[in-house]
Amino acid sequence: MVSSRKTEITVGAFVLMALLAFIYLALNVSNLTGLSADKGYHVSASFDNIGGLSKRAKVTLSGVAVGRVTDIRYDKETFRAKVTMRINSDVNYLPTDTQASIYTSGLLGEQYISLEPGAEDDVLTESSQLDITQSAVVLEELIGQFMTNMATKKD
Amino acid sequence: MSAVINLLQVIGVFVINTVASFGRASIFLSQIILGFKDVILRPSLLIKELYSVGVLSLLIIVFSATFVGMVLSLLGYVTLVDFGAESSLGVLVALSLIRELGPVLSALLFSGRAGSALTAEIGLMKATEQLASMEMMAVDPIRRIIAPRFFAGLISLPLLTMLFMAIGIYSGYLVGSVWLGVDEGSFWSQMQSKVDFQGDVINGMIKSAVFGFVVTWIALYQGYNAYPTSEGVSRATTNSVVYSALAVLGLDFLLTALMFM
Amino acid sequence: MGCDNILSDTFIKIRDLHFSRGNREIFSGVSLDIPAGKITAIMGPSGTGKTTLLRMLGGQLQPSQGTVEVEGLDIASLNRKHLYKARRRMGMLFQSGALLTDLSVFENIAFPIREHYQFRESMIRDLVLLKLELVGLRGAHALMPAELSGGMQRRVSLARAIILDPVLMMYDEPFTGLDPVTLGTIVTLIKELNQSLGITSVLVSHDIHETFSIADYVCILSEGKVMAAGSPQELMESDSEFVQQFVQGKPDGPMPFHFPAESLSNDLLSSDFKAGQHLS
Repeated sequence: MVSSRKTEITVGAFVLMALLAFIYLALNVSNLTGLSADKGYHVSASFDNIGGLSKRAKVTLSGVAVGRVTDIRYDKETFRAKVTMRINSDVNYLPTDTQASIYTSGLLGEQYISLEPGAEDDVLTESSQLDITQSAVVLEELIGQFMTNMATKKD
Repeated sequence: MSAVINLLQVIGVFVINTVASFGRASIFLSQIILGFKDVILRPSLLIKELYSVGVLSLLIIVFSATFVGMVLSLLGYVTLVDFGAESSLGVLVALSLIRELGPVLSALLFSGRAGSALTAEIGLMKATEQLASMEMMAVDPIRRIIAPRFFAGLISLPLLTMLFMAIGIYSGYLVGSVWLGVDEGSFWSQMQSKVDFQGDVINGMIKSAVFGFVVTWIALYQGYNAYPTSEGVSRATTNSVVYSALAVLGLDFLLTALMFM
Repeated sequence: MGCDNILSDTFIKIRDLHFSRGNREIFSGVSLDIPAGKITAIMGPSGTGKTTLLRMLGGQLQPSQGTVEVEGLDIASLNRKHLYKARRRMGMLFQSGALLTDLSVFENIAFPIREHYQFRESMIRDLVLLKLELVGLRGAHALMPAELSGGMQRRVSLARAIILDPVLMMYDEPFTGLDPVTLGTIVTLIKELNQSLGITSVLVSHDIHETFSIADYVCILSEGKVMAAGSPQELMESDSEFVQQFVQGKPDGPMPFHFPAESLSNDLLSSDFKAGQHLS
């Protein structure tokens, strides 16, 4: 039989190891810090078509991740998709005429929002609206356009 | 005609027996839960069982997690590289382990390693009249023997599952990034952006807690109700592992449908 | 009919006890009085429910009809708390010893004290060593049960059963499977415990010689009923054919040698007979 002191120490080590594994899962695998520390400010943008954009998708600035999509809903006033995103608070220099576009990373990769800064002096703050947007490219539409172009050229 | 009646009787007996054993198992469970107070008052009993149920299962869990993570990463890479999507390897490994393989495989291994041991131990204690002699010493075996083992199982399996997930993901990273050369940055960053703490990690842990509850309950019930002969204990041990596996897989489908739909 | 005797107070009173396991009836109307401070032996052929009777005294089994009263308490009607309280006053020696295999001899004997009282370690040590001295195994206190012989296990088990100073001791087949020396020790111990401490003892056995040498009263059960009762002397002189068969160990008589079965020629000639088929 194992002495009770040795048992207690091993059990303590076991529990500690498991908790470390849990912290590892929380911080390194699921990036809990980005989720719980809900700092930053929110801006929204309307798109004609968001394609396959989903919540928690990246928001990038020249490819650098600066925020995440927090909410996607259909706006029945404008008949467009309204995407709300959270921008990190240290990125507080975006002009109001910044353009938001939905791109796909790679051929089959995830979709994300890319921001291109404009030239205005005023900067985006909480609840600002992005007016200039570019919708996701839908492969079927693209092929459709290509076919029509071919047809018109032939005539 | 008599064949039909016989069939009806067989079905009837089966249903009655099933309902009756569910009833007995529920009464047994309620008695165990009443023993929670005694476990709290005497943590040394719980710690001893955490050792034999949890710590002694560590080796098999660590070993399996390492290999499952490695194989998952290897197979995932071979498939994803055809689409040029190997940067999603981290997501694939992490989500499979956290949502499904971690909880389920840990529970199956746990029932094989700790559950069967519990059943055999309790069954033998019954066969050798140790439980009866405790009753005669005015010590309730359910509170003294069963309850600490039950709570130890309930605590151990989620802890083992956390280790399984973490080790599996890390060994998947070693194969994917260090050996097969998937970019380290995209491996982790894609994983981080796709794995949700509440939706995935917490739900995986809930699964694991449910499995720990069911597996330990089945193991202890089978042992406590074993027929007190060597054949009876051997049958109870087999039943314990088989029923646990069926319960884990069935519940896993149910929980997955509830959580990830 | 019963072991009801003229002298001494009744400690255990069993009235019209019925019990069956599956379809087999084990007791069909057993009534029996067990006097305080004496050794009462319950005897009978194997399978007559002698051990079952002990289990009922301890409240581990419930009779399907009738009552079992110990010290005036109806055991079957007690709630859990009172039953456990009543059990603290009972000790039971199991046939197998039933020692806890993961504890040493010392810890096995200390187990009931540790479970029920918060005694100082030095006090527990004294109590345990005294009881071990009584059964002659003080030198074996550090051994594990697996390292002991069957006879030693039973002596340790006896020490454990008396650690809480019970008023009622129950012995389940204490003489089975022992070498002559250990057997002698156990017989002496049972007698000493009864005489020096005045413990009421109930002993279940089918060893005529040893039982008759120490029992004050003997009660023979068979086929679910009390067949005969009295002091060993009375039974030896009984003119009942059954008692004589039992006491002298004749193979056949009123008590059948054969398990109930079809006639032999039927079984041998019939085509329905299937070997190994269970009756249950």
